[in-house]
Amino acid sequence: MGRDGGDQTPSQSDPLKDLERRLEEARGRAGLPPRRGAKASEPDGAPAAGMGAGMRIAVDLVAALAVGVGLGWLLDTWLGTAPWLLLVFFCIGAAAGFLNVYRTYQELEKQARQRRAERRDPDAGDRGPGA
Amino acid sequence: MGRNERAGRTSVAGPLDQFEVRPLVPIQVGGLDLSFTNSALWMLIAATAITLLLTMSMRGRALIPTRLQSVAEILYETVANMLRENVGKAGRPYFPFVFSLFMFILFGNLLGMIPYSFTFTSHIIVTFGLAIVVFLGVTVIGIARHGAKFLSLFVPQGAPGWTLVLIIPIELVSYLSRPVSLSVRLFANMTVGHLMLKVIAGFVVGLGVFGILPLAGLVAITALEFLIAVIQAYVFTILTCIYLHDAIHLH
Repeated sequence: MGRDGGDQTPSQSDPLKDLERRLEEARGRAGLPPRRGAKASEPDGAPAAGMGAGMRIAVDLVAALAVGVGLGWLLDTWLGTAPWLLLVFFCIGAAAGFLNVYRTYQELEKQARQRRAERRDPDAGDRGPGA
Repeated sequence: MGRNERAGRTSVAGPLDQFEVRPLVPIQVGGLDLSFTNSALWMLIAATAITLLLTMSMRGRALIPTRLQSVAEILYETVANMLRENVGKAGRPYFPFVFSLFMFILFGNLLGMIPYSFTFTSHIIVTFGLAIVVFLGVTVIGIARHGAKFLSLFVPQGAPGWTLVLIIPIELVSYLSRPVSLSVRLFANMTVGHLMLKVIAGFVVGLGVFGILPLAGLVAITALEFLIAVIQAYVFTILTCIYLHDAIHLH
């Protein structure tokens, strides 16, 4: 899973980090303020990103339920077993919805952990607010 | 429909008017309505704009990019990184498709922010069309790569035998819900945003002097809409990458 991506990221990012560091040094020598990186733009994007995450979870939950109910209803009309398969698939759809939400949560959590780790990274560390 | 007609009689267009598909060049082929609509026009504009942006900006191929070239490079890098981080090396052959998908949705969302334009991503049939292509494509890739082993995607590792009776249908429904959630998410975000803008714009006209309050809100919401336009294109693409990862690596 992470194997392909894993051995490629360090070799990709190290020269970039090195460049970043050299750029910052050069800026310091020239008397320019430190560059405002991705960190500065994050607070602006945070509410929209949070809304995006909320929307994603809501849709994940409802979509699986809708698919479950739809599938149950279709099978019912096809096999003439109304309303039993609808009821069964309603429950399965609800469970699948929670499964979707759980997976989305795991993935968002993974992203958040990565972001937190990046923030703690001394290379990308804080250089004082509003600089 | 009825709401549209009623709104049409008043001087201000109803909030739903913006979503109406109107034929521009009526074309009938064997009883099928294949008219060139405003929706098709804006898809064409999006495709043309993407092609122009990417070809014109990269013509210089400068080592130190011009502004336009760096725009194209940032877009390329974003999708390339997304694909590398989520799928790995095996995802590389699918880059052209994922990149086209991202650009088409991004431009559809952003062009929709131009006043009097048409947002084709606010139509469920468009987003569902895109999502079902992704879903079927990913399923076909999975089956082509793994054959019958692809079905192990629905069987979680380490689950005791008797629970499979319950787990397999749940996993199956979860899998089938992917195109639905993928399309509904994009469609709902775009529709709700545009609807909100139109409704609040109606308040600005209706409230007279006090209309300044909703107008201020409108400015903020417009900025938010631009963010959402980009974020939704990003989310659609990243989920495509995740589905691709599942199909290629299984778990």
